[in-house]
Amino acid sequence: MAFGPYLLLATLEGLVMAAVLALTALGLSLVFGVMRVVNVAHGEFFMLGAVLAWWVSSLVSGNPAIGFLLALIVSPLIVGAVALVSERLVLRRLDYKPEATIVATIGLLYIIQQLVLTFYGPEARPVVAPFDFRIRLPWFGYSSYKLAVIAASILLVLATWFVLTRTKIGLVMRATQYDGEIAQAFGVPVDRVYAGVFALGAMLAAVAAVLIVPIQQAHYLMGLDPLLLSFIVVIIGGLGSLRGTVVAAVLIGLSDGIISVFFSPTLAKIIATSFVALVLVFRPQGLFGAETR
Amino acid sequence: MTAALTLENVDCFYGNVQVLRGFSLELMQGEVLCLLGRNGAGKTTALKAIMGLVPPRSGRIMLGETDLTRLTAHQVPQAGVAYVPQGRRLFAELTVAENIEIGLMTRKKGKATRESVLDLFPVLRERLKQRSGTLSGGEQQMLAMARALCLEPQVLLLDEPTEGLMPSMIARIRETVAALRERGVSTILVEQRVDAVLPVADRVAFIENGQNRDTLDVERLRADPDLVHRYVGVG
Repeated sequence: MAFGPYLLLATLEGLVMAAVLALTALGLSLVFGVMRVVNVAHGEFFMLGAVLAWWVSSLVSGNPAIGFLLALIVSPLIVGAVALVSERLVLRRLDYKPEATIVATIGLLYIIQQLVLTFYGPEARPVVAPFDFRIRLPWFGYSSYKLAVIAASILLVLATWFVLTRTKIGLVMRATQYDGEIAQAFGVPVDRVYAGVFALGAMLAAVAAVLIVPIQQAHYLMGLDPLLLSFIVVIIGGLGSLRGTVVAAVLIGLSDGIISVFFSPTLAKIIATSFVALVLVFRPQGLFGAETR
Repeated sequence: MTAALTLENVDCFYGNVQVLRGFSLELMQGEVLCLLGRNGAGKTTALKAIMGLVPPRSGRIMLGETDLTRLTAHQVPQAGVAYVPQGRRLFAELTVAENIEIGLMTRKKGKATRESVLDLFPVLRERLKQRSGTLSGGEQQMLAMARALCLEPQVLLLDEPTEGLMPSMIARIRETVAALRERGVSTILVEQRVDAVLPVADRVAFIENGQNRDTLDVERLRADPDLVHRYVGVG
Protein backbone atom coordinates (compact mmCIF):
# COMPACT_ATOMS: atom_id res chain seq x y z
CA MET A 1 0.00 0.00 0.00
CA ALA A 2 1.31 3.45 -0.91
CA PHE A 3 1.97 6.12 1.70
CA GLY A 4 -1.16 8.19 0.94
CA PRO A 5 -3.77 5.50 1.59
CA TYR A 6 -1.75 4.31 4.56
CA LEU A 7 -1.92 7.80 6.06
CA LEU A 8 -5.66 7.93 5.37
CA LEU A 9 -6.16 4.68 7.23
CA ALA A 10 -4.12 5.91 10.17
CA THR A 11 -6.09 9.17 10.20
CA LEU A 12 -9.40 7.31 10.25
CA GLU A 13 -8.22 5.13 13.13
CA GLY A 14 -7.06 8.26 14.93
CA LEU A 15 -10.43 9.94 14.40
CA VAL A 16 -12.27 6.98 15.93
CA MET A 17 -10.04 7.25 18.95
CA ALA A 18 -10.47 11.03 19.06
CA ALA A 19 -14.24 10.64 18.94
CA VAL A 20 -14.37 8.35 21.96
CA LEU A 21 -11.76 10.37 23.78
CA ALA A 22 -13.61 13.65 23.23
CA LEU A 23 -16.73 12.26 24.92
CA THR A 24 -14.84 10.77 27.85
CA ALA A 25 -12.72 13.87 28.40
CA LEU A 26 -15.77 16.09 28.12
CA GLY A 27 -17.28 14.29 31.09
CA LEU A 28 -14.10 14.71 33.13
CA SER A 29 -13.80 18.36 32.15
CA LEU A 30 -17.42 19.10 33.01
CA VAL A 31 -17.08 17.59 36.48
CA PHE A 32 -13.89 19.46 37.20
CA GLY A 33 -15.13 22.71 35.69
CA VAL A 34 -18.37 22.91 37.62
CA MET A 35 -17.52 21.05 40.84
CA ARG A 36 -13.74 21.50 41.04
CA VAL A 37 -13.58 17.77 41.73
CA VAL A 38 -10.78 15.75 40.11
CA ASN A 39 -12.58 12.50 39.44
CA VAL A 40 -9.97 9.74 39.42
CA ALA A 41 -12.74 7.15 39.08
CA HIS A 42 -13.81 8.56 35.71
CA GLY A 43 -12.10 5.74 33.82
CA GLU A 44 -14.00 3.19 35.91
CA PHE A 45 -17.31 4.74 34.89
CA PHE A 46 -16.08 4.22 31.31
CA MET A 47 -15.21 0.60 32.07
CA LEU A 48 -18.52 0.03 33.87
CA GLY A 49 -20.30 1.39 30.80
CA ALA A 50 -18.52 -1.13 28.58
CA VAL A 51 -19.11 -4.08 30.88
CA LEU A 52 -22.78 -3.21 31.32
CA ALA A 53 -23.07 -2.89 27.53
CA TRP A 54 -21.87 -6.49 27.23
CA TRP A 55 -24.27 -7.61 29.96
CA VAL A 56 -27.28 -5.88 28.45
CA SER A 57 -26.57 -7.06 24.91
CA SER A 58 -26.00 -10.60 26.13
CA LEU A 59 -29.54 -10.64 27.57
CA VAL A 60 -31.06 -10.02 24.16
CA SER A 61 -31.01 -12.64 21.44
CA GLY A 62 -31.69 -12.07 17.75
CA ASN A 63 -30.48 -9.10 15.78
CA PRO A 64 -27.32 -7.66 17.44
CA ALA A 65 -28.53 -4.13 16.69
CA ILE A 66 -31.36 -4.51 19.21
CA GLY A 67 -29.01 -5.54 22.00
CA PHE A 68 -26.60 -2.76 21.13
CA LEU A 69 -29.24 -0.03 21.04
CA LEU A 70 -30.63 -1.26 24.33
CA ALA A 71 -27.12 -1.12 25.80
CA LEU A 72 -26.65 2.39 24.44
CA ILE A 73 -29.64 3.52 26.51
CA VAL A 74 -29.53 1.27 29.59
CA SER A 75 -25.81 1.25 30.32
CA PRO A 76 -25.34 5.06 30.61
CA LEU A 77 -28.46 5.25 32.78
CA ILE A 78 -27.12 2.65 35.23
CA VAL A 79 -23.69 4.30 35.27
CA GLY A 80 -25.34 7.68 35.86
CA ALA A 81 -27.27 6.21 38.77
CA VAL A 82 -24.09 4.71 40.26
CA ALA A 83 -22.38 8.12 39.93
CA LEU A 84 -25.35 9.86 41.51
CA VAL A 85 -25.32 7.52 44.48
CA SER A 86 -21.55 7.90 44.98
CA GLU A 87 -21.88 11.68 44.78
CA ARG A 88 -24.60 11.73 47.43
CA LEU A 89 -22.93 9.18 49.70
CA VAL A 90 -19.31 10.27 49.39
CA LEU A 91 -18.46 13.55 47.65
CA ARG A 92 -21.21 15.62 49.25
CA ARG A 93 -20.26 14.41 52.72
CA LEU A 94 -16.69 15.52 52.04
CA ASP A 95 -18.00 18.98 51.20
CA TYR A 96 -16.26 18.64 47.79
CA LYS A 97 -12.89 19.44 49.35
CA PRO A 98 -10.27 19.03 46.59
CA GLU A 99 -7.79 16.79 48.44
CA ALA A 100 -10.43 14.63 50.09
CA THR A 101 -12.32 14.06 46.85
CA ILE A 102 -9.18 12.91 45.05
CA VAL A 103 -8.55 10.27 47.70
CA ALA A 104 -12.22 9.33 47.79
CA THR A 105 -12.44 8.87 44.03
CA ILE A 106 -9.30 6.71 44.11
CA GLY A 107 -11.18 4.54 46.58
CA LEU A 108 -14.19 4.54 44.29
CA LEU A 109 -11.91 3.45 41.43
CA TYR A 110 -10.87 0.30 43.29
CA ILE A 111 -14.35 -0.47 44.57
CA ILE A 112 -15.86 -0.39 41.10
CA GLN A 113 -12.92 -2.25 39.55
CA GLN A 114 -12.92 -5.05 42.12
CA LEU A 115 -16.71 -5.42 42.06
CA VAL A 116 -16.56 -5.83 38.29
CA LEU A 117 -13.73 -8.36 38.63
CA THR A 118 -15.81 -10.31 41.15
CA PHE A 119 -19.06 -10.38 39.21
CA TYR A 120 -17.91 -10.13 35.59
CA GLY A 121 -14.54 -11.85 35.80
CA PRO A 122 -11.16 -11.22 34.24
CA GLU A 123 -12.16 -12.13 30.68
CA ALA A 124 -12.35 -9.67 27.83
CA ARG A 125 -15.67 -10.01 26.07
CA PRO A 126 -16.82 -8.48 22.79
CA VAL A 127 -20.12 -6.90 21.91
CA VAL A 128 -21.28 -7.52 18.37
CA ALA A 129 -21.52 -4.31 16.34
CA PRO A 130 -25.06 -3.36 15.32
CA PHE A 131 -23.95 -3.31 11.69
CA ASP A 132 -20.60 -3.91 10.11
CA PHE A 133 -20.58 -3.80 6.34
CA ARG A 134 -17.31 -2.58 4.91
CA ILE A 135 -17.21 0.58 2.91
CA ARG A 136 -15.03 -0.09 -0.12
CA LEU A 137 -12.51 2.64 -0.71
CA PRO A 138 -10.23 2.42 -3.77
CA TRP A 139 -7.34 1.25 -1.60
CA PHE A 140 -8.88 -0.65 1.30
CA GLY A 141 -12.22 -1.50 2.88
CA TYR A 142 -13.18 0.34 6.05
CA SER A 143 -15.67 -0.54 8.78
CA SER A 144 -18.86 1.47 8.46
CA TYR A 145 -19.40 1.07 12.19
CA LYS A 146 -16.22 2.98 12.96
CA LEU A 147 -17.41 5.86 10.80
CA ALA A 148 -20.73 5.75 12.65
CA VAL A 149 -18.85 6.07 15.95
CA ILE A 150 -17.23 9.26 14.70
CA ALA A 151 -20.59 10.63 13.58
CA ALA A 152 -22.32 9.70 16.85
CA SER A 153 -19.60 11.35 18.85
CA ILE A 154 -19.83 14.56 16.84
CA LEU A 155 -23.60 14.58 17.43
CA LEU A 156 -23.19 14.05 21.17
CA VAL A 157 -20.56 16.77 21.51
CA LEU A 158 -22.84 19.16 19.61
CA ALA A 159 -25.74 18.17 21.86
CA THR A 160 -23.65 18.82 24.98
CA TRP A 161 -22.59 22.17 23.57
CA PHE A 162 -26.22 23.02 22.83
CA VAL A 163 -27.33 22.12 26.35
CA LEU A 164 -24.53 24.12 27.93
CA THR A 165 -24.92 27.30 25.89
CA ARG A 166 -28.56 27.41 24.81
CA THR A 167 -30.66 25.99 27.64
CA LYS A 168 -31.59 27.10 31.13
CA ILE A 169 -29.99 24.02 32.64
CA GLY A 170 -26.76 24.90 30.89
CA LEU A 171 -26.99 28.50 32.06
CA VAL A 172 -27.41 27.31 35.65
CA MET A 173 -24.42 24.99 35.25
CA ARG A 174 -22.22 27.77 33.87
CA ALA A 175 -23.29 30.18 36.61
CA THR A 176 -22.49 27.53 39.24
CA GLN A 177 -19.12 26.93 37.61
CA TYR A 178 -18.30 30.61 37.73
CA ASP A 179 -19.43 31.45 41.26
CA GLY A 180 -21.29 28.85 43.30
CA GLU A 181 -21.98 31.10 46.27
CA ILE A 182 -23.61 33.83 44.21
CA ALA A 183 -25.49 31.22 42.20
CA GLN A 184 -27.07 30.13 45.50
CA ALA A 185 -28.04 33.74 46.18
CA PHE A 186 -30.03 33.52 42.95
CA GLY A 187 -31.96 30.43 43.86
CA VAL A 188 -29.68 27.84 42.27
CA PRO A 189 -29.67 24.62 44.32
CA VAL A 190 -25.93 24.20 43.83
CA ASP A 191 -26.01 20.92 45.65
CA ARG A 192 -28.40 19.36 43.15
CA VAL A 193 -26.53 20.89 40.21
CA TYR A 194 -23.38 19.14 41.45
CA ALA A 195 -25.15 15.80 41.67
CA GLY A 196 -26.54 16.22 38.17
CA VAL A 197 -23.21 17.25 36.69
CA PHE A 198 -21.40 14.32 38.28
CA ALA A 199 -23.96 11.89 36.89
CA LEU A 200 -23.84 13.56 33.47
CA GLY A 201 -20.03 13.37 33.38
CA ALA A 202 -20.11 9.65 34.16
CA MET A 203 -22.82 9.08 31.56
CA LEU A 204 -20.72 10.72 28.85
CA ALA A 205 -17.91 8.29 29.68
CA ALA A 206 -20.37 5.40 29.62
CA VAL A 207 -21.75 6.36 26.20
CA ALA A 208 -18.20 6.57 24.86
CA ALA A 209 -17.54 3.09 26.25
CA VAL A 210 -20.67 1.58 24.71
CA LEU A 211 -19.64 3.01 21.35
CA ILE A 212 -16.18 1.49 21.64
CA VAL A 213 -16.98 -2.07 22.87
CA PRO A 214 -17.77 -3.45 19.42
CA ILE A 215 -14.24 -2.37 18.44
CA GLN A 216 -12.38 -2.99 21.68
CA GLN A 217 -13.58 -5.69 24.07
CA ALA A 218 -14.97 -5.05 27.55
CA HIS A 219 -12.46 -5.78 30.31
CA TYR A 220 -12.27 -4.82 33.96
CA LEU A 221 -8.94 -2.99 33.53
CA MET A 222 -9.90 -1.05 30.42
CA GLY A 223 -10.56 2.16 32.38
CA LEU A 224 -6.95 3.17 32.91
CA ASP A 225 -6.10 4.31 29.38
CA PRO A 226 -9.18 6.49 28.91
CA LEU A 227 -8.55 8.07 32.32
CA LEU A 228 -4.95 8.91 31.50
CA LEU A 229 -5.76 10.18 28.03
CA SER A 230 -8.72 12.19 29.31
CA PHE A 231 -6.47 13.91 31.81
CA ILE A 232 -3.99 14.63 29.03
CA VAL A 233 -6.74 16.05 26.82
CA VAL A 234 -8.26 18.11 29.59
CA ILE A 235 -4.92 19.58 30.64
CA ILE A 236 -3.94 20.44 27.08
CA GLY A 237 -7.34 21.86 26.20
CA GLY A 238 -7.81 23.80 29.41
CA LEU A 239 -9.98 22.60 32.26
CA GLY A 240 -13.61 23.51 31.87
CA SER A 241 -13.24 24.63 28.27
CA LEU A 242 -15.52 22.68 25.97
CA ARG A 243 -13.84 23.89 22.81
CA GLY A 244 -10.38 23.16 24.21
CA THR A 245 -11.40 19.65 25.20
CA VAL A 246 -12.68 18.84 21.73
CA VAL A 247 -9.67 20.34 19.94
CA ALA A 248 -7.21 18.56 22.24
CA ALA A 249 -9.08 15.26 21.87
CA VAL A 250 -8.80 15.46 18.09
CA LEU A 251 -5.15 16.43 18.38
CA ILE A 252 -4.25 13.62 20.76
CA GLY A 253 -6.49 11.07 19.04
CA LEU A 254 -5.06 11.81 15.60
CA SER A 255 -1.44 11.89 16.69
CA ASP A 256 -1.95 8.69 18.66
CA GLY A 257 -3.57 6.99 15.68
CA ILE A 258 -1.01 8.13 13.13
CA ILE A 259 2.08 7.61 15.27
CA SER A 260 0.85 4.20 16.44
CA VAL A 261 0.40 3.06 12.85
CA PHE A 262 3.71 4.39 11.53
CA PHE A 263 5.90 3.93 14.58
CA SER A 264 4.69 2.44 17.85
CA PRO A 265 1.90 3.06 20.38
CA THR A 266 4.52 3.64 23.08
CA LEU A 267 6.05 6.50 21.13
CA ALA A 268 2.55 7.98 20.74
CA LYS A 269 2.08 7.98 24.53
CA ILE A 270 5.55 9.44 25.07
CA ILE A 271 4.82 12.30 22.71
CA ALA A 272 1.39 12.98 24.23
CA THR A 273 2.74 13.11 27.78
CA SER A 274 5.69 15.29 26.75
CA PHE A 275 3.21 17.64 25.14
CA VAL A 276 1.34 17.82 28.46
CA ALA A 277 4.57 18.72 30.23
CA LEU A 278 5.26 21.49 27.71
CA VAL A 279 1.73 22.85 28.03
CA LEU A 280 2.00 22.84 31.82
CA VAL A 281 5.28 24.76 31.69
CA PHE A 282 4.44 27.32 29.03
CA ARG A 283 0.66 27.61 29.18
CA PRO A 284 -0.58 26.18 32.49
CA GLN A 285 -4.19 27.21 31.87
CA GLY A 286 -4.26 25.02 28.73
CA LEU A 287 -4.58 26.01 25.10
CA PHE A 288 -8.13 27.33 25.46
CA GLY A 289 -8.48 27.75 29.22
CA ALA A 290 -9.30 31.16 30.65
CA GLU A 291 -6.86 32.67 33.14
CA THR A 292 -7.71 31.78 36.70
CA ARG A 293 -9.91 34.28 38.49
CA MET B 1 -44.94 50.81 60.50
CA THR B 2 -44.30 47.10 60.31
CA ALA B 3 -40.94 45.40 60.05
CA ALA B 4 -39.98 43.90 56.69
CA LEU B 5 -37.04 41.97 58.11
CA THR B 6 -35.99 41.31 61.68
CA LEU B 7 -32.72 39.88 62.97
CA GLU B 8 -32.84 38.68 66.59
CA ASN B 9 -29.68 37.79 68.51
CA VAL B 10 -27.84 36.35 65.53
CA ASP B 11 -24.52 34.62 66.23
CA CYS B 12 -22.31 33.84 63.24
CA PHE B 13 -18.94 32.10 63.03
CA TYR B 14 -16.25 31.51 60.43
CA GLY B 15 -14.83 28.27 61.80
CA ASN B 16 -14.12 29.11 65.44
CA VAL B 17 -14.02 32.87 64.97
CA GLN B 18 -17.20 34.59 66.04
CA VAL B 19 -18.10 37.45 63.72
CA LEU B 20 -21.64 38.37 64.75
CA ARG B 21 -22.40 38.49 68.50
CA GLY B 22 -26.06 38.68 69.35
CA PHE B 23 -26.66 40.92 66.36
CA SER B 24 -30.14 42.41 66.18
CA LEU B 25 -31.64 44.66 63.55
CA GLU B 26 -35.06 45.74 62.41
CA LEU B 27 -35.72 46.84 58.84
CA MET B 28 -38.99 48.71 58.43
CA GLN B 29 -41.29 48.37 55.44
CA GLY B 30 -40.14 50.66 52.64
CA GLU B 31 -37.18 52.24 54.39
CA VAL B 32 -33.52 52.47 53.49
CA LEU B 33 -31.52 51.33 56.48
CA CYS B 34 -27.81 51.89 56.33
CA LEU B 35 -25.35 49.61 58.07
CA LEU B 36 -22.28 51.63 58.91
CA GLY B 37 -19.11 50.33 60.45
CA ARG B 38 -15.41 49.83 60.05
CA ASN B 39 -13.62 47.09 58.14
CA GLY B 40 -14.22 43.73 59.75
CA ALA B 41 -17.09 44.94 61.90
CA GLY B 42 -19.36 42.25 60.43
CA LYS B 43 -21.38 44.22 57.89
CA THR B 44 -20.92 41.81 55.01
CA THR B 45 -21.35 38.82 57.33
CA ALA B 46 -24.69 40.23 58.47
CA LEU B 47 -25.88 40.29 54.85
CA LYS B 48 -24.53 36.79 54.19
CA ALA B 49 -26.29 35.55 57.31
CA ILE B 50 -29.58 36.90 55.96
CA MET B 51 -28.92 35.16 52.62
CA GLY B 52 -28.13 31.89 54.39
CA LEU B 53 -24.63 31.87 52.89
CA VAL B 54 -23.13 32.00 56.40
CA PRO B 55 -25.77 30.12 58.39
CA PRO B 56 -26.22 31.59 61.89
CA ARG B 57 -25.50 29.26 64.80
CA SER B 58 -28.25 30.83 66.84
CA GLY B 59 -30.83 33.56 66.56
CA ARG B 60 -33.73 34.17 64.22
CA ILE B 61 -34.06 36.07 60.95
CA MET B 62 -37.69 36.76 60.15
CA LEU B 63 -38.97 37.90 56.76
CA GLY B 64 -42.60 38.59 57.61
CA GLU B 65 -43.81 35.26 58.96
CA THR B 66 -40.94 33.23 57.44
CA ASP B 67 -37.89 32.27 59.49
CA LEU B 68 -35.07 32.51 56.93
CA THR B 69 -32.67 30.52 59.13
CA ARG B 70 -34.84 27.46 58.46
CA LEU B 71 -34.39 27.79 54.70
CA THR B 72 -31.42 26.63 52.66
CA ALA B 73 -29.30 29.25 50.91
CA HIS B 74 -31.05 28.83 47.57
CA GLN B 75 -34.52 29.18 49.11
CA VAL B 76 -33.85 32.56 50.75
CA PRO B 77 -33.82 34.49 47.44
CA GLN B 78 -36.95 32.62 46.38
CA ALA B 79 -38.64 33.98 49.51
CA GLY B 80 -38.01 37.50 48.21
CA VAL B 81 -34.61 38.71 49.41
CA ALA B 82 -32.22 39.95 46.72
CA TYR B 83 -28.51 40.39 47.20
CA VAL B 84 -26.06 42.74 45.48
CA PRO B 85 -22.72 41.49 46.80
CA GLN B 86 -19.61 43.48 47.47
CA GLY B 87 -17.38 43.71 44.41
CA ARG B 88 -20.51 43.03 42.29
CA ARG B 89 -19.55 39.40 41.60
CA LEU B 90 -21.26 39.14 38.26
CA PHE B 91 -21.06 35.91 36.34
CA ALA B 92 -18.32 37.65 34.40
CA GLU B 93 -18.01 35.12 31.59
CA LEU B 94 -21.73 35.21 30.91
CA THR B 95 -23.37 37.92 28.85
CA VAL B 96 -25.43 40.76 30.27
CA ALA B 97 -28.59 39.02 29.06
CA GLU B 98 -27.59 35.76 30.73
CA ASN B 99 -26.89 37.48 34.05
CA ILE B 100 -30.35 39.01 33.90
CA GLU B 101 -31.84 35.66 32.93
CA ILE B 102 -30.36 34.07 36.08
CA GLY B 103 -32.02 36.80 38.14
CA LEU B 104 -35.36 36.22 36.42
CA MET B 105 -35.17 32.45 36.92
CA THR B 106 -34.80 32.85 40.69
CA ARG B 107 -38.47 33.61 41.21
CA LYS B 108 -39.70 32.61 37.75
CA LYS B 109 -40.32 36.19 36.63
CA GLY B 110 -40.99 36.90 32.98
CA LYS B 111 -40.72 39.49 30.25
CA ALA B 112 -42.58 42.23 32.12
CA THR B 113 -40.04 42.20 34.95
CA ARG B 114 -37.19 42.12 32.47
CA GLU B 115 -38.54 45.15 30.65
CA SER B 116 -39.14 47.19 33.80
CA VAL B 117 -35.64 46.40 35.08
CA LEU B 118 -34.07 47.34 31.75
CA ASP B 119 -36.10 50.56 31.73
CA LEU B 120 -34.41 51.39 35.01
CA PHE B 121 -30.95 50.83 33.46
CA PRO B 122 -31.26 51.68 29.74
CA VAL B 123 -27.48 51.35 29.23
CA LEU B 124 -27.77 47.60 29.76
CA ARG B 125 -30.31 47.24 26.97
CA GLU B 126 -27.64 48.26 24.44
CA ARG B 127 -25.17 45.72 25.80
CA LEU B 128 -27.26 42.59 26.21
CA LYS B 129 -24.96 40.42 24.11
CA GLN B 130 -21.75 41.72 25.67
CA ARG B 131 -19.75 39.63 28.16
CA SER B 132 -20.51 41.20 31.52
CA GLY B 133 -16.87 41.10 32.60
CA THR B 134 -16.03 43.63 29.88
CA LEU B 135 -18.47 46.28 31.13
CA SER B 136 -17.17 49.40 32.90
CA GLY B 137 -17.27 49.46 36.70
CA GLY B 138 -20.41 51.57 36.81
CA GLU B 139 -22.19 49.42 34.24
CA GLN B 140 -21.23 46.31 36.18
CA GLN B 141 -22.76 47.79 39.31
CA MET B 142 -25.93 48.58 37.39
CA LEU B 143 -26.04 45.02 36.10
CA ALA B 144 -25.50 43.64 39.61
CA MET B 145 -28.47 45.70 40.78
CA ALA B 146 -30.53 44.80 37.72
CA ARG B 147 -29.86 41.11 38.32
CA ALA B 148 -31.07 41.47 41.91
CA LEU B 149 -34.13 43.50 40.95
CA CYS B 150 -35.20 40.74 38.56
CA LEU B 151 -36.42 38.96 41.73
CA GLU B 152 -38.89 41.78 42.39
CA PRO B 153 -37.72 41.53 45.98
CA GLN B 154 -39.44 42.78 49.12
CA VAL B 155 -36.01 43.24 50.68
CA LEU B 156 -32.87 44.33 48.87
CA LEU B 157 -29.39 43.93 50.35
CA LEU B 158 -26.74 46.24 48.88
CA ASP B 159 -23.11 45.70 49.89
CA GLU B 160 -20.98 48.80 49.21
CA PRO B 161 -22.60 49.59 45.86
CA THR B 162 -20.67 52.83 45.38
CA GLU B 163 -17.23 51.34 46.03
CA GLY B 164 -14.75 52.42 43.38
CA LEU B 165 -17.25 54.32 41.24
CA MET B 166 -16.96 57.84 39.87
CA PRO B 167 -19.20 60.52 41.43
CA SER B 168 -21.71 60.69 38.58
CA MET B 169 -22.22 56.95 38.85
CA ILE B 170 -22.60 57.15 42.64
CA ALA B 171 -25.37 59.67 42.09
CA ARG B 172 -27.10 57.28 39.67
CA ILE B 173 -26.97 54.43 42.17
CA ARG B 174 -28.36 56.73 44.85
CA GLU B 175 -31.22 57.80 42.58
CA THR B 176 -32.01 54.17 41.93
CA VAL B 177 -32.13 53.34 45.63
CA ALA B 178 -34.46 56.28 46.20
CA ALA B 179 -36.65 55.20 43.27
CA LEU B 180 -36.89 51.69 44.70
CA ARG B 181 -38.00 53.10 48.05
CA GLU B 182 -40.85 54.82 46.20
CA ARG B 183 -41.89 51.40 44.91
CA GLY B 184 -41.97 50.06 48.47
CA VAL B 185 -38.76 48.03 48.43
CA SER B 186 -37.05 47.85 51.82
CA THR B 187 -33.29 48.17 51.53
CA ILE B 188 -30.32 47.42 53.73
CA LEU B 189 -27.36 49.42 52.48
CA VAL B 190 -23.88 48.60 53.71
CA GLU B 191 -21.33 51.40 53.51
CA GLN B 192 -18.05 52.41 55.06
CA ARG B 193 -18.34 56.13 54.43
CA VAL B 194 -21.03 58.19 56.04
CA ASP B 195 -21.18 60.84 53.29
CA ALA B 196 -22.26 58.14 50.87
CA VAL B 197 -25.34 57.31 52.92
CA LEU B 198 -26.57 60.57 54.40
CA PRO B 199 -28.40 61.64 51.23
CA VAL B 200 -30.29 58.39 50.80
CA ALA B 201 -30.74 56.62 54.14
CA ASP B 202 -33.74 56.87 56.46
CA ARG B 203 -31.97 55.38 59.45
CA VAL B 204 -28.40 54.41 60.18
CA ALA B 205 -27.33 51.40 62.26
CA PHE B 206 -23.80 51.44 63.64
CA ILE B 207 -22.14 48.06 63.81
CA GLU B 208 -19.01 47.33 65.80
CA ASN B 209 -17.42 43.98 66.73
CA GLY B 210 -20.40 42.13 65.35
CA GLN B 211 -22.87 44.01 67.53
CA ASN B 212 -25.40 46.68 66.72
CA ARG B 213 -24.29 49.67 68.79
CA ASP B 214 -27.17 51.97 67.99
CA THR B 215 -29.73 52.83 65.33
CA LEU B 216 -30.39 56.51 64.65
CA ASP B 217 -32.65 58.54 62.39
CA VAL B 218 -30.61 60.13 59.68
CA GLU B 219 -31.82 63.63 60.66
CA ARG B 220 -29.98 63.35 63.96
CA LEU B 221 -26.78 62.57 62.10
CA ARG B 222 -27.24 65.40 59.68
CA ALA B 223 -27.77 67.74 62.58
CA ASP B 224 -24.82 66.44 64.54
CA PRO B 225 -22.13 64.88 62.29
CA ASP B 226 -19.87 64.43 65.33
CA LEU B 227 -22.03 61.47 66.36
CA VAL B 228 -20.48 59.50 63.53
CA HIS B 229 -17.01 60.00 64.94
CA ARG B 230 -18.15 58.69 68.27
CA TYR B 231 -19.46 55.48 66.73
CA VAL B 232 -17.19 54.78 63.82
CA GLY B 233 -14.05 56.68 64.73
CA VAL B 234 -13.55 57.90 61.21
CA GLY B 235 -15.99 59.78 59.01
